[in-house]
Amino acid sequence: MNAEGEHRRASGEHRAGSDVPFLACLLVLGGTYVLLIAGMLLADLAFTSPGHLLASFASREIRYAVRLSLLSCSMTALLSLWVAVPIGYLMSRFEFRGKAIVDALLDIPIVLPPLVIGLSLLILFRTWPGQFVERFIPITYAVPGVILAQFMVACAFAVRTMRTTFDQISPRQEQVAFTLGCSRSQAFWMVVLPQTREGMLAAGTLAWARALGEFGPILIFCGATRLRTEVMPTTVFLELSVGNIEAAVAVSLLMVLAAVFVLLVVRFFARSGAYEGLRL
Amino acid sequence: MIEVKDLCVRAGTFALEDISFRIPSGTYGVLMGRTACGKTSVLEAICGLRRPAAGRILLDGKDVTRVKAADRGIGYVPQDAALFTTMTIRNQLGFALTVRGWDQEAIDSRAEELAEQLAVGHLLERYPQGLSGGERQRVALGRALAFHPTILCLDEPLSSLDEETRGDMCELLRRVAAESHVTTLHITHSPTEARELADTLLRIQDGRLISEHAGQTNQAPEGPDV
Repeated sequence: MNAEGEHRRASGEHRAGSDVPFLACLLVLGGTYVLLIAGMLLADLAFTSPGHLLASFASREIRYAVRLSLLSCSMTALLSLWVAVPIGYLMSRFEFRGKAIVDALLDIPIVLPPLVIGLSLLILFRTWPGQFVERFIPITYAVPGVILAQFMVACAFAVRTMRTTFDQISPRQEQVAFTLGCSRSQAFWMVVLPQTREGMLAAGTLAWARALGEFGPILIFCGATRLRTEVMPTTVFLELSVGNIEAAVAVSLLMVLAAVFVLLVVRFFARSGAYEGLRL
Repeated sequence: MIEVKDLCVRAGTFALEDISFRIPSGTYGVLMGRTACGKTSVLEAICGLRRPAAGRILLDGKDVTRVKAADRGIGYVPQDAALFTTMTIRNQLGFALTVRGWDQEAIDSRAEELAEQLAVGHLLERYPQGLSGGERQRVALGRALAFHPTILCLDEPLSSLDEETRGDMCELLRRVAAESHVTTLHITHSPTEARELADTLLRIQDGRLISEHAGQTNQAPEGPDV
Protein backbone atom coordinates (compact mmCIF):
# COMPACT_ATOMS: atom_id res chain seq x y z
CA MET A 1 0.00 0.00 0.00
CA ASN A 2 1.33 3.45 -0.84
CA ALA A 3 2.16 6.15 1.69
CA GLU A 4 -0.90 8.27 0.90
CA GLY A 5 -3.17 5.29 1.53
CA GLU A 6 -1.42 4.55 4.81
CA HIS A 7 -1.82 8.17 5.86
CA ARG A 8 -5.55 8.21 5.04
CA ARG A 9 -6.12 4.96 6.91
CA ALA A 10 -4.29 6.31 9.91
CA SER A 11 -6.22 9.58 9.93
CA GLY A 12 -9.61 7.91 9.22
CA GLU A 13 -10.04 10.20 6.24
CA HIS A 14 -12.25 8.91 3.41
CA ARG A 15 -12.81 10.39 -0.02
CA ALA A 16 -15.40 8.97 -2.42
CA GLY A 17 -14.17 8.45 -5.98
CA SER A 18 -15.29 10.56 -8.92
CA ASP A 19 -18.78 9.97 -10.37
CA VAL A 20 -17.63 10.83 -13.86
CA PRO A 21 -16.63 7.32 -15.09
CA PHE A 22 -19.93 5.82 -13.88
CA LEU A 23 -22.06 8.55 -15.47
CA ALA A 24 -19.98 8.36 -18.66
CA CYS A 25 -20.66 4.61 -18.90
CA LEU A 26 -24.40 5.20 -18.47
CA LEU A 27 -24.34 7.94 -21.12
CA VAL A 28 -22.41 5.84 -23.63
CA LEU A 29 -24.57 2.73 -23.17
CA GLY A 30 -27.90 4.58 -23.12
CA GLY A 31 -26.87 7.15 -25.68
CA THR A 32 -25.97 4.50 -28.28
CA TYR A 33 -29.52 3.20 -28.30
CA VAL A 34 -31.12 6.66 -28.41
CA LEU A 35 -28.81 7.64 -31.28
CA LEU A 36 -29.69 4.47 -33.17
CA ILE A 37 -33.41 5.27 -32.95
CA ALA A 38 -32.90 8.88 -33.99
CA GLY A 39 -30.49 7.77 -36.75
CA MET A 40 -33.02 5.32 -38.21
CA LEU A 41 -35.76 7.94 -38.35
CA LEU A 42 -33.44 10.56 -39.84
CA ALA A 43 -32.23 8.11 -42.48
CA ASP A 44 -35.86 7.38 -43.43
CA LEU A 45 -36.57 11.09 -43.65
CA ALA A 46 -33.49 11.69 -45.78
CA PHE A 47 -34.45 8.84 -48.11
CA THR A 48 -37.90 10.18 -48.89
CA SER A 49 -39.28 13.52 -50.01
CA PRO A 50 -42.61 15.36 -49.71
CA GLY A 51 -43.25 14.30 -53.29
CA HIS A 52 -42.96 10.62 -52.39
CA LEU A 53 -45.27 11.09 -49.42
CA LEU A 54 -47.87 12.85 -51.57
CA ALA A 55 -47.57 10.23 -54.26
CA SER A 56 -48.19 7.52 -51.66
CA PHE A 57 -51.30 9.28 -50.48
CA ALA A 58 -52.51 9.59 -54.07
CA SER A 59 -52.60 5.79 -54.31
CA ARG A 60 -56.07 4.40 -53.60
CA GLU A 61 -54.62 1.17 -52.22
CA ILE A 62 -52.39 2.99 -49.76
CA ARG A 63 -55.22 5.28 -48.62
CA TYR A 64 -57.33 2.15 -47.97
CA ALA A 65 -54.46 0.54 -46.02
CA VAL A 66 -54.04 3.65 -43.85
CA ARG A 67 -57.78 3.79 -43.16
CA LEU A 68 -57.99 0.07 -42.35
CA SER A 69 -54.92 0.30 -40.09
CA LEU A 70 -56.32 3.21 -38.08
CA LEU A 71 -59.76 1.60 -37.80
CA SER A 72 -58.57 -1.91 -36.91
CA CYS A 73 -55.99 -0.62 -34.40
CA SER A 74 -58.62 1.47 -32.64
CA MET A 75 -61.04 -1.46 -32.53
CA THR A 76 -58.24 -3.69 -31.23
CA ALA A 77 -57.32 -1.19 -28.51
CA LEU A 78 -60.96 -0.95 -27.35
CA LEU A 79 -61.48 -4.73 -27.42
CA SER A 80 -58.18 -5.26 -25.59
CA LEU A 81 -59.22 -2.90 -22.78
CA TRP A 82 -62.64 -4.55 -22.61
CA VAL A 83 -60.93 -7.87 -21.90
CA ALA A 84 -57.79 -6.70 -20.07
CA VAL A 85 -59.62 -4.85 -17.29
CA PRO A 86 -61.57 -7.89 -16.00
CA ILE A 87 -58.64 -10.29 -16.47
CA GLY A 88 -56.21 -7.88 -14.79
CA TYR A 89 -58.58 -7.43 -11.83
CA LEU A 90 -59.28 -11.15 -11.42
CA MET A 91 -55.60 -12.09 -11.60
CA SER A 92 -54.60 -9.33 -9.20
CA ARG A 93 -57.26 -9.84 -6.53
CA PHE A 94 -58.16 -13.54 -6.46
CA GLU A 95 -56.32 -16.74 -5.68
CA PHE A 96 -57.72 -19.84 -7.35
CA ARG A 97 -56.67 -23.31 -8.37
CA GLY A 98 -54.86 -23.30 -11.71
CA LYS A 99 -53.98 -19.61 -11.50
CA ALA A 100 -50.36 -20.31 -12.47
CA ILE A 101 -51.53 -22.12 -15.61
CA VAL A 102 -53.88 -19.27 -16.57
CA ASP A 103 -51.04 -16.82 -15.93
CA ALA A 104 -48.72 -18.76 -18.24
CA LEU A 105 -51.44 -19.02 -20.91
CA LEU A 106 -51.90 -15.25 -20.84
CA ASP A 107 -48.21 -14.82 -21.63
CA ILE A 108 -48.23 -17.18 -24.62
CA PRO A 109 -49.18 -14.51 -27.20
CA ILE A 110 -46.23 -12.43 -25.96
CA VAL A 111 -43.63 -15.17 -26.29
CA LEU A 112 -45.03 -16.98 -29.33
CA PRO A 113 -43.66 -15.92 -32.73
CA PRO A 114 -46.37 -13.79 -34.40
CA LEU A 115 -46.35 -16.04 -37.47
CA VAL A 116 -47.31 -18.99 -35.28
CA ILE A 117 -50.26 -17.02 -33.91
CA GLY A 118 -51.46 -16.40 -37.47
CA LEU A 119 -51.07 -20.06 -38.35
CA SER A 120 -52.81 -21.19 -35.17
CA LEU A 121 -55.75 -18.86 -35.89
CA LEU A 122 -55.96 -20.24 -39.40
CA ILE A 123 -56.09 -23.79 -38.05
CA LEU A 124 -58.63 -22.81 -35.36
CA PHE A 125 -60.99 -21.48 -38.03
CA ARG A 126 -60.65 -24.70 -39.96
CA THR A 127 -62.18 -26.64 -37.04
CA TRP A 128 -65.95 -27.02 -36.74
CA PRO A 129 -66.47 -24.29 -34.09
CA GLY A 130 -64.44 -21.91 -36.28
CA GLN A 131 -66.39 -22.90 -39.38
CA PHE A 132 -69.63 -22.39 -37.41
CA VAL A 133 -68.62 -18.80 -36.53
CA GLU A 134 -67.55 -18.18 -40.14
CA ARG A 135 -71.07 -19.04 -41.27
CA PHE A 136 -72.29 -15.84 -39.60
CA ILE A 137 -69.22 -13.56 -39.73
CA PRO A 138 -66.50 -13.95 -42.35
CA ILE A 139 -63.23 -13.97 -40.42
CA THR A 140 -60.46 -15.64 -42.42
CA TYR A 141 -59.13 -13.42 -45.24
CA ALA A 142 -61.55 -10.65 -44.15
CA VAL A 143 -61.42 -7.42 -42.09
CA PRO A 144 -62.73 -9.03 -38.85
CA GLY A 145 -59.80 -11.45 -39.19
CA VAL A 146 -57.37 -8.51 -39.34
CA ILE A 147 -58.80 -7.19 -36.07
CA LEU A 148 -58.75 -10.66 -34.47
CA ALA A 149 -55.11 -11.25 -35.49
CA GLN A 150 -54.09 -7.87 -34.05
CA PHE A 151 -56.19 -8.43 -30.93
CA MET A 152 -54.64 -11.85 -30.16
CA VAL A 153 -51.20 -10.27 -29.77
CA ALA A 154 -52.01 -6.74 -28.56
CA CYS A 155 -54.43 -7.84 -25.84
CA ALA A 156 -51.73 -9.83 -24.04
CA PHE A 157 -49.75 -6.61 -23.53
CA ALA A 158 -52.85 -4.77 -22.33
CA VAL A 159 -53.58 -7.60 -19.86
CA ARG A 160 -50.05 -7.39 -18.40
CA THR A 161 -50.36 -3.61 -18.03
CA MET A 162 -53.77 -3.80 -16.34
CA ARG A 163 -52.61 -6.57 -13.99
CA THR A 164 -49.70 -4.39 -12.87
CA THR A 165 -52.05 -1.42 -12.53
CA PHE A 166 -54.41 -3.35 -10.22
CA ASP A 167 -51.45 -4.82 -8.29
CA GLN A 168 -50.28 -1.29 -7.52
CA ILE A 169 -53.65 -0.25 -6.05
CA SER A 170 -53.75 -1.25 -2.39
CA PRO A 171 -56.67 -3.58 -1.62
CA ARG A 172 -57.11 -1.67 1.66
CA GLN A 173 -59.30 0.98 0.02
CA GLU A 174 -61.56 -1.75 -1.32
CA GLN A 175 -61.75 -3.32 2.13
CA VAL A 176 -62.78 0.01 3.64
CA ALA A 177 -65.44 0.30 0.92
CA PHE A 178 -66.78 -3.14 1.93
CA THR A 179 -67.11 -2.07 5.56
CA LEU A 180 -68.93 1.07 4.39
CA GLY A 181 -71.60 -1.11 2.77
CA CYS A 182 -70.29 -1.74 -0.75
CA SER A 183 -70.73 -4.95 -2.68
CA ARG A 184 -67.65 -6.07 -4.60
CA SER A 185 -68.99 -4.59 -7.81
CA GLN A 186 -69.78 -1.24 -6.15
CA ALA A 187 -66.27 -1.12 -4.66
CA PHE A 188 -64.83 -1.90 -8.10
CA TRP A 189 -66.79 0.76 -10.00
CA MET A 190 -66.67 3.49 -7.33
CA VAL A 191 -63.26 3.05 -5.71
CA VAL A 192 -60.92 0.90 -7.83
CA LEU A 193 -61.71 1.62 -11.48
CA PRO A 194 -61.41 5.44 -11.21
CA GLN A 195 -57.83 4.88 -10.04
CA THR A 196 -56.89 2.89 -13.14
CA ARG A 197 -57.35 5.78 -15.60
CA GLU A 198 -53.64 6.14 -16.32
CA GLY A 199 -53.15 2.37 -16.48
CA MET A 200 -56.04 2.06 -18.93
CA LEU A 201 -54.56 4.81 -21.10
CA ALA A 202 -51.20 3.03 -21.05
CA ALA A 203 -52.78 -0.36 -21.83
CA GLY A 204 -54.90 1.09 -24.65
CA THR A 205 -51.95 2.94 -26.17
CA LEU A 206 -49.72 -0.11 -25.95
CA ALA A 207 -52.38 -2.29 -27.59
CA TRP A 208 -52.93 0.31 -30.32
CA ALA A 209 -49.22 0.67 -31.06
CA ARG A 210 -48.66 -3.09 -31.01
CA ALA A 211 -51.60 -3.61 -33.38
CA LEU A 212 -50.28 -0.95 -35.78
CA GLY A 213 -47.03 -2.87 -36.26
CA GLU A 214 -48.65 -6.31 -36.51
CA PHE A 215 -47.81 -8.02 -39.78
CA GLY A 216 -47.02 -11.73 -39.52
CA PRO A 217 -50.35 -13.04 -38.15
CA ILE A 218 -52.33 -10.83 -40.56
CA LEU A 219 -50.34 -12.07 -43.54
CA ILE A 220 -50.92 -15.73 -42.63
CA PHE A 221 -54.50 -15.44 -41.38
CA CYS A 222 -55.92 -12.81 -43.75
CA GLY A 223 -53.50 -12.71 -46.67
CA ALA A 224 -52.27 -9.51 -48.32
CA THR A 225 -55.11 -8.66 -50.66
CA ARG A 226 -55.08 -5.05 -51.81
CA LEU A 227 -58.22 -3.04 -50.97
CA ARG A 228 -59.35 -5.85 -48.70
CA THR A 229 -57.01 -7.00 -45.94
CA GLU A 230 -54.09 -4.67 -46.60
CA VAL A 231 -52.88 -2.74 -43.58
CA MET A 232 -49.89 -0.38 -43.48
CA PRO A 233 -47.24 -3.03 -42.65
CA THR A 234 -48.65 -5.13 -45.50
CA THR A 235 -48.20 -2.14 -47.82
CA VAL A 236 -44.56 -1.81 -46.79
CA PHE A 237 -44.08 -5.53 -47.52
CA LEU A 238 -45.92 -5.42 -50.88
CA GLU A 239 -44.14 -2.27 -52.07
CA LEU A 240 -40.77 -3.68 -51.03
CA SER A 241 -41.44 -6.97 -52.79
CA VAL A 242 -41.95 -5.11 -56.11
CA GLY A 243 -38.86 -2.96 -55.54
CA ASN A 244 -40.75 0.28 -54.83
CA ILE A 245 -38.58 1.28 -51.87
CA GLU A 246 -39.65 4.95 -51.99
CA ALA A 247 -43.29 4.05 -51.40
CA ALA A 248 -42.32 1.55 -48.67
CA VAL A 249 -40.32 4.22 -46.83
CA ALA A 250 -43.09 6.80 -47.28
CA VAL A 251 -45.65 4.44 -45.71
CA SER A 252 -43.18 3.56 -42.95
CA LEU A 253 -42.88 7.24 -42.13
CA LEU A 254 -46.66 7.55 -42.10
CA MET A 255 -46.71 4.76 -39.50
CA VAL A 256 -44.09 6.58 -37.43
CA LEU A 257 -46.12 9.80 -37.64
CA ALA A 258 -49.35 8.00 -36.69
CA ALA A 259 -47.66 6.33 -33.70
CA VAL A 260 -46.08 9.60 -32.50
CA PHE A 261 -49.42 11.41 -32.94
CA VAL A 262 -51.27 8.83 -30.83
CA LEU A 263 -48.61 8.92 -28.12
CA LEU A 264 -48.78 12.73 -27.98
CA VAL A 265 -52.59 12.77 -27.88
CA VAL A 266 -52.66 10.21 -25.07
CA ARG A 267 -50.05 12.09 -23.06
CA PHE A 268 -51.94 15.35 -23.57
CA PHE A 269 -55.17 13.83 -22.26
CA ALA A 270 -53.37 12.13 -19.40
CA ARG A 271 -51.94 15.47 -18.31
CA SER A 272 -54.85 17.81 -18.95
CA GLY A 273 -57.67 15.44 -18.02
CA ALA A 274 -59.74 16.48 -15.02
CA TYR A 275 -58.08 13.92 -12.82
CA GLU A 276 -57.56 16.03 -9.75
CA GLY A 277 -56.98 12.98 -7.62
CA LEU A 278 -53.52 12.45 -9.00
CA ARG A 279 -52.43 16.06 -8.73
CA LEU A 280 -50.23 16.60 -5.75
CA MET B 1 -71.47 -4.57 22.35
CA ILE B 2 -68.60 -6.50 20.80
CA GLU B 3 -68.34 -10.10 21.93
CA VAL B 4 -65.69 -12.51 20.68
CA LYS B 5 -65.90 -16.18 21.68
CA ASP B 6 -63.09 -18.73 21.23
CA LEU B 7 -61.89 -16.95 18.09
CA CYS B 8 -59.09 -18.52 16.11
CA VAL B 9 -57.42 -16.62 13.28
CA ARG B 10 -54.69 -18.02 11.07
CA ALA B 11 -52.48 -16.38 8.48
CA GLY B 12 -49.82 -18.59 6.92
CA THR B 13 -47.88 -20.23 9.73
CA PHE B 14 -49.15 -17.73 12.28
CA ALA B 15 -52.12 -18.61 14.49
CA LEU B 16 -53.89 -16.91 17.35
CA GLU B 17 -56.26 -19.23 19.14
CA ASP B 18 -59.09 -19.20 21.67
CA ILE B 19 -59.43 -15.44 21.89
CA SER B 20 -62.45 -14.37 23.93
CA PHE B 21 -63.40 -10.92 25.17
CA ARG B 22 -66.31 -8.55 25.53
CA ILE B 23 -66.54 -4.81 25.15
CA PRO B 24 -69.79 -3.49 26.68
CA SER B 25 -72.05 -1.17 24.67
CA GLY B 26 -70.97 2.44 24.45
CA THR B 27 -67.57 1.83 26.02
CA TYR B 28 -64.05 2.20 24.68
CA GLY B 29 -62.00 -0.98 24.37
CA VAL B 30 -58.29 -0.94 23.63
CA LEU B 31 -56.48 -4.02 22.36
CA MET B 32 -52.73 -3.84 22.96
CA GLY B 33 -49.85 -5.96 21.86
CA ARG B 34 -46.47 -5.95 20.23
CA THR B 35 -46.13 -5.29 16.52
CA ALA B 36 -47.25 -8.30 14.45
CA CYS B 37 -48.71 -10.17 17.44
CA GLY B 38 -52.01 -10.62 15.58
CA LYS B 39 -54.02 -7.61 16.82
CA THR B 40 -54.89 -6.48 13.30
CA SER B 41 -55.98 -10.01 12.35
CA VAL B 42 -58.45 -10.02 15.27
CA LEU B 43 -59.78 -6.61 14.21
CA GLU B 44 -60.10 -7.71 10.58
CA ALA B 45 -61.99 -10.81 11.66
CA ILE B 46 -64.43 -8.62 13.61
CA CYS B 47 -64.87 -6.31 10.61
CA GLY B 48 -65.50 -9.26 8.28
CA LEU B 49 -62.31 -8.77 6.26
CA ARG B 50 -60.70 -12.01 7.42
CA ARG B 51 -62.47 -15.34 7.79
CA PRO B 52 -61.82 -16.82 11.24
CA ALA B 53 -60.74 -20.48 11.42
CA ALA B 54 -63.02 -21.02 14.44
CA GLY B 55 -65.03 -19.16 17.03
CA ARG B 56 -67.91 -16.70 17.02
CA ILE B 57 -68.24 -12.94 16.75
CA LEU B 58 -71.32 -11.22 18.14
CA LEU B 59 -72.16 -7.56 17.58
CA ASP B 60 -74.92 -6.15 19.78
CA GLY B 61 -75.93 -9.73 20.55
CA LYS B 62 -76.21 -10.82 16.90
CA ASP B 63 -73.92 -13.55 15.57
CA VAL B 64 -72.15 -12.03 12.54
CA THR B 65 -69.40 -14.65 12.13
CA ARG B 66 -70.58 -15.54 8.60
CA VAL B 67 -72.00 -12.13 7.69
CA LYS B 68 -70.32 -10.10 4.90
CA ALA B 69 -68.30 -7.02 5.90
CA ALA B 70 -70.77 -4.78 4.04
CA ASP B 71 -73.67 -6.03 6.19
CA ARG B 72 -71.98 -5.78 9.62
CA GLY B 73 -72.44 -2.02 9.95
CA ILE B 74 -69.01 -1.42 11.48
CA GLY B 75 -67.17 1.86 11.07
CA TYR B 76 -63.58 0.89 10.22
CA VAL B 77 -60.50 3.13 10.25
CA PRO B 78 -57.36 1.38 8.97
CA GLN B 79 -53.85 2.27 10.06
CA ASP B 80 -52.97 4.13 6.85
CA ALA B 81 -56.45 5.77 6.69
CA ALA B 82 -56.79 4.37 3.12
CA LEU B 83 -58.64 7.43 1.86
CA PHE B 84 -60.13 7.00 -1.62
CA THR B 85 -57.57 8.47 -4.01
CA THR B 86 -59.97 9.88 -6.59
CA MET B 87 -62.61 11.41 -4.29
CA THR B 88 -62.88 14.80 -2.62
CA ILE B 89 -63.09 14.83 1.17
CA ARG B 90 -66.79 15.76 0.88
CA ASN B 91 -67.43 12.64 -1.23
CA GLN B 92 -65.42 10.46 1.15
CA LEU B 93 -67.50 11.66 4.11
CA GLY B 94 -70.71 10.98 2.18
CA PHE B 95 -69.57 7.71 0.60
CA ALA B 96 -71.37 5.28 2.92
CA LEU B 97 -74.56 7.30 2.52
CA THR B 98 -74.27 7.35 -1.28
CA VAL B 99 -73.97 3.56 -1.18
CA ARG B 100 -77.10 3.46 1.00
CA GLY B 101 -79.01 5.57 -1.53
CA TRP B 102 -79.54 8.70 0.61
CA ASP B 103 -80.62 11.80 -1.32
CA GLN B 104 -77.88 14.30 -2.13
CA GLU B 105 -79.18 16.99 0.21
CA ALA B 106 -79.09 14.67 3.21
CA ILE B 107 -75.62 13.43 2.24
CA ASP B 108 -74.29 16.99 1.98
CA SER B 109 -75.83 17.92 5.30
CA ARG B 110 -74.28 14.89 7.05
CA ALA B 111 -70.88 15.59 5.43
CA GLU B 112 -71.01 19.21 6.69
CA GLU B 113 -71.98 18.03 10.17
CA LEU B 114 -69.09 15.55 10.32
CA ALA B 115 -66.66 18.09 8.88
CA GLU B 116 -67.58 20.51 11.65
CA GLN B 117 -67.37 17.84 14.36
CA LEU B 118 -63.91 16.73 13.16
CA ALA B 119 -62.62 20.19 12.18
CA VAL B 120 -62.03 19.32 8.52
CA GLY B 121 -64.50 21.83 7.04
CA HIS B 122 -61.74 23.67 5.19
CA LEU B 123 -60.72 20.45 3.43
CA LEU B 124 -64.11 19.46 1.99
CA GLU B 125 -63.30 20.24 -1.65
CA ARG B 126 -59.76 18.88 -1.52
CA TYR B 127 -58.43 15.47 -2.54
CA PRO B 128 -56.54 13.33 0.00
CA GLN B 129 -53.14 13.91 -1.57
CA GLY B 130 -51.15 16.38 0.48
CA LEU B 131 -53.21 16.11 3.69
CA SER B 132 -51.27 15.75 6.93
CA GLY B 133 -51.38 12.51 8.95
CA GLY B 134 -53.79 14.01 11.49
CA GLU B 135 -56.09 15.36 8.77
CA ARG B 136 -56.15 11.99 7.01
CA GLN B 137 -57.10 10.19 10.20
CA ARG B 138 -59.85 12.70 11.00
CA VAL B 139 -61.32 12.28 7.51
CA ALA B 140 -61.10 8.47 7.79
CA LEU B 141 -62.87 8.69 11.15
CA GLY B 142 -65.61 10.89 9.68
CA ARG B 143 -66.03 8.51 6.74
CA ALA B 144 -66.43 5.59 9.16
CA LEU B 145 -68.95 7.43 11.37
CA ALA B 146 -71.09 8.83 8.55
CA PHE B 147 -73.72 6.09 8.57
CA HIS B 148 -74.12 6.15 12.39
CA PRO B 149 -72.56 2.74 13.10
CA THR B 150 -72.96 1.28 16.58
CA ILE B 151 -69.47 -0.26 16.42
CA LEU B 152 -66.23 1.52 15.56
CA CYS B 153 -62.96 -0.34 14.87
CA LEU B 154 -59.72 1.64 14.77
CA ASP B 155 -56.47 0.02 13.66
CA GLU B 156 -53.54 1.96 15.18
CA PRO B 157 -55.06 5.26 14.07
CA LEU B 158 -52.48 7.40 15.87
CA SER B 159 -49.29 5.47 15.15
CA SER B 160 -48.01 7.79 12.44
CA LEU B 161 -48.76 11.07 14.24
CA ASP B 162 -46.43 13.36 16.16
CA GLU B 163 -46.85 13.71 19.94
CA GLU B 164 -48.90 16.91 19.88
CA THR B 165 -51.28 15.74 17.14
CA ARG B 166 -51.59 12.41 18.93
CA GLY B 167 -52.74 14.17 22.09
CA ASP B 168 -55.32 16.18 20.15
CA MET B 169 -56.54 13.05 18.35
CA CYS B 170 -56.88 11.16 21.66
CA GLU B 171 -59.13 13.93 22.95
CA LEU B 172 -61.09 13.95 19.71
CA LEU B 173 -61.56 10.16 19.77
CA ARG B 174 -62.82 10.29 23.35
CA ARG B 175 -65.25 13.09 22.55
CA VAL B 176 -66.50 11.56 19.28
CA ALA B 177 -66.99 8.13 20.88
CA ALA B 178 -68.99 9.69 23.69
CA GLU B 179 -71.10 11.87 21.37
CA SER B 180 -71.79 9.05 18.92
CA HIS B 181 -72.48 6.44 21.64
CA VAL B 182 -70.48 3.88 19.66
CA THR B 183 -68.80 0.81 21.06
CA THR B 184 -65.16 1.23 20.10
CA LEU B 185 -62.34 -1.25 19.63
CA HIS B 186 -59.02 0.55 19.23
CA ILE B 187 -55.78 -1.25 18.47
CA THR B 188 -52.48 0.18 19.58
CA HIS B 189 -49.05 -0.70 20.86
CA SER B 190 -48.83 2.53 22.85
CA PRO B 191 -49.42 2.25 26.64
CA THR B 192 -50.03 6.03 26.78
CA GLU B 193 -52.89 5.81 24.28
CA ALA B 194 -54.29 2.83 26.12
CA ARG B 195 -54.21 4.64 29.48
CA GLU B 196 -55.85 7.74 28.06
CA LEU B 197 -58.65 6.01 26.18
CA ALA B 198 -59.47 2.57 27.54
CA ASP B 199 -62.53 1.61 29.52
CA THR B 200 -61.63 -2.00 28.80
CA LEU B 201 -57.99 -2.85 28.26
CA LEU B 202 -57.08 -6.08 26.49
CA ARG B 203 -53.57 -7.26 25.88
CA ILE B 204 -52.22 -9.97 23.59
CA GLN B 205 -49.08 -11.30 25.16
CA ASP B 206 -47.23 -14.47 24.17
CA GLY B 207 -50.27 -15.69 22.25
CA ARG B 208 -52.60 -15.20 25.24
CA LEU B 209 -55.27 -12.57 25.69
CA ILE B 210 -55.33 -10.79 29.03
CA SER B 211 -58.28 -8.65 30.02
CA GLU B 212 -56.71 -6.24 32.51
CA HIS B 213 -59.84 -4.65 33.88
CA ALA B 214 -61.51 -7.95 34.67
CA GLY B 215 -58.15 -9.31 35.73
CA GLN B 216 -58.89 -12.56 33.96
CA THR B 217 -56.52 -14.51 31.78
CA ASN B 218 -57.88 -16.22 28.75
CA GLN B 219 -56.40 -19.68 28.32
CA ALA B 220 -54.79 -19.64 24.92
CA PRO B 221 -51.95 -21.81 23.73
CA GLU B 222 -48.63 -20.19 23.03
CA GLY B 223 -48.67 -18.88 19.47
CA PRO B 224 -45.70 -17.79 17.46
CA ASP B 225 -45.10 -14.06 17.46
CA VAL B 226 -44.95 -13.14 13.81
